[in-house]
Amino acid sequence: MKRVRIDSTVIVLGILLLTIAVGAVLVSTVGRSFFSAGNIRDILTGMSVLGLVAIGQTLVILGASLDLSVTYVMSLSSLLAATTMAGNPGNIPWAVTLTLLVCAGIGLANGLIVTVLKVNGFIATLGVGLILQGVLNTNFQGSAGAVPWDFQLIGATGIGPVPLSTLIMIALAVAVWFLLGRTRTGAHLFAVGGDPEVARLSGVRTRPPLIAAHVMCSLFAGLAGLLLASRLGVGSPTVGQQGGYALLSIAAVVLGGTLLLGGRGSIWGTIGGVAIFAVLDNVMSVMQVNPFLKDVVRGVVIVAAVAVYSRRAIVRRRSRFGPGGTRTGGDAAAIAAAPAMAAASAALDPTTTTEGGAR
Amino acid sequence: MNALRTLVSPRGAVFLLLVLRLVTVTILNPSFAEPGQFMRYIQRVAPVAIIAIGQYFVIIAGEFDLSQGSLITAQVIIAGNLVGQDDARTIPVLLLMLVFGVLVGLVNGLITTLLQVPSFIVTLGMMLALLGGVMWWTGGAATGNPADSFRQIGRGGIRDLPVIDFLPFSVLVLAGWLALGIWLTRRPYGKVLIALGDNRRATRYAGARSWWITTRAFIISSVSATVSGVLLVGYAGVHPSVGRGYEFIAITAVVLGGVVLGGGRGWIVAAAAGAFVLEALFLVLNISGVPSSLRDAVQGAIIIAAVAYSGVVFRSRRRAAPASASPDPGKEPDAPARPPARTSAPAALGSEGVAETRAETRGD
Repeated sequence: MKRVRIDSTVIVLGILLLTIAVGAVLVSTVGRSFFSAGNIRDILTGMSVLGLVAIGQTLVILGASLDLSVTYVMSLSSLLAATTMAGNPGNIPWAVTLTLLVCAGIGLANGLIVTVLKVNGFIATLGVGLILQGVLNTNFQGSAGAVPWDFQLIGATGIGPVPLSTLIMIALAVAVWFLLGRTRTGAHLFAVGGDPEVARLSGVRTRPPLIAAHVMCSLFAGLAGLLLASRLGVGSPTVGQQGGYALLSIAAVVLGGTLLLGGRGSIWGTIGGVAIFAVLDNVMSVMQVNPFLKDVVRGVVIVAAVAVYSRRAIVRRRSRFGPGGTRTGGDAAAIAAAPAMAAASAALDPTTTTEGGAR
Repeated sequence: MNALRTLVSPRGAVFLLLVLRLVTVTILNPSFAEPGQFMRYIQRVAPVAIIAIGQYFVIIAGEFDLSQGSLITAQVIIAGNLVGQDDARTIPVLLLMLVFGVLVGLVNGLITTLLQVPSFIVTLGMMLALLGGVMWWTGGAATGNPADSFRQIGRGGIRDLPVIDFLPFSVLVLAGWLALGIWLTRRPYGKVLIALGDNRRATRYAGARSWWITTRAFIISSVSATVSGVLLVGYAGVHPSVGRGYEFIAITAVVLGGVVLGGGRGWIVAAAAGAFVLEALFLVLNISGVPSSLRDAVQGAIIIAAVAYSGVVFRSRRRAAPASASPDPGKEPDAPARPPARTSAPAALGSEGVAETRAETRGD
């Protein structure tokens, strides 16, 4: 009896295809082409900023934390970059380095507050966000700085219909995918997010992976801020908050099948979730939907899409042992030893084995 | 000694903090201690405290309600548009708002429990949909000013009283709402709700109808937001951003009150006190001459510090005195029996605390 395993990522892709199909039909009813190069570029451009934020958010959520400060980090990063560059192309490397360093510092602060002071991630990042808001308020009255043309090109150029910013986003997603699937930090992050106590008892140091996740999340938010600065040409103290990126990125992550409680999820699901939002936004813009109605549709789609698979995704868990489970090479040995083990435990105490078998 | 220990415990910490804040305000502005002024302060806290009470019921069950702020805005705009200048419409519109609030809570709760969508997402979607829907209905400009009889609920009060001179209606509403909340937490319903937040699976095996219990918590939260909206119409008027950010203020207040995000632990009175602390904090920042641009930063720092403090005290208490069970079971951990029970349940099962689970289990 072999069943096809329906991964949540597959479901997300299915929903994405459905959204695209419905969107294409709707767009064609108003006499426009959904698959024109211009439209595809619009969709991909729309994906890049939210995609960057959501990649970082995925890391934090996998570690069973949250980051609500990303919006403020984005605004701060756009301002820092724009004011440091001050229109001079020679300043670009220094400005980018400085911005990313500051963002990493904010992420480090988030991570330390969550792991060392043990403040819940929700409250910690909400508080850090407020602090950043204060910093923004005191230092910047409005849009400031100037971004040189060379840097603006990052947001404006593309290869064929694919914008450069989206390529950067996808490349970083691949890097994170590698990090999560192939490195020790990634494995530890999954372990800590799944159950910190079990991870600790297994000899995993629980703090470093989560701190690393927070630092990377802020770095990704910083990159998103840089991208916004390159698009706008100036830094703006409200650009992150206006987009509502914090909650939208969390929604995209959950839409992508990552468990809010941590420990399970994938980066490609998140990208799928971001793509769903981008397609939805694009279709509604082309159809000239009332902007307030857009929010209603967005809210309904978020809930409906998560509802499609949430029951399955939470109930179904990867089997820990046996076929499809974690392959440690010990499976064969375990099967070979099973009769002896059963005999030994039966000899020890027959009642417990029957109980165990009944479960 | 015992009283002192209660004061530095996470349950008591919020009251200690509140006293500190109030003393600070009084030093900075002596007239604050006058009964009349103090009543005004409580009047200002009332809407925040009421939604904090609502949020408490949701958080204690291990869920979130992010739709409160939008619901407040929606209710305020409904009141502004439907009551108009017609006093006779006050009662029917109030009833309509109540029904609307119950409906929103019902939808939140049913989607969370029956479709098993995480409440964070459900209420986030509801937040977007409610605000968008109301703005779409009004065309983006929230106009209208409800009749005076309607606004009196939030703005008026009983005048010419002996000591306090002026007793605002909202203080009475807050007192009533808090009493109702305390009563509910002492009923079997409240006990089961807390148990659900602590260990969902065990409570379900014990025979609780978890879907209906959680759904009712969402209804309580939405009705609280409705009541708070009615009060806000009174003195804030009709404005499309009147409820903005209230859900985060409510969650912060509840957490300041020592309630554990993730459910199962916390006291409703402390949650309401958290709202008083927050409002007192705003007041301190107002009158102490902190530049308005820095206010957010100070607020953020204090929130982190307060929550970190209560966490540290919580852990050190557990380490120091594991056997001294508190008189009120369910709010403090009785150390010896708990940890194995909690750690045996994987975090993904239900809604155990996220950071807190880690925090307290490591403390042993």
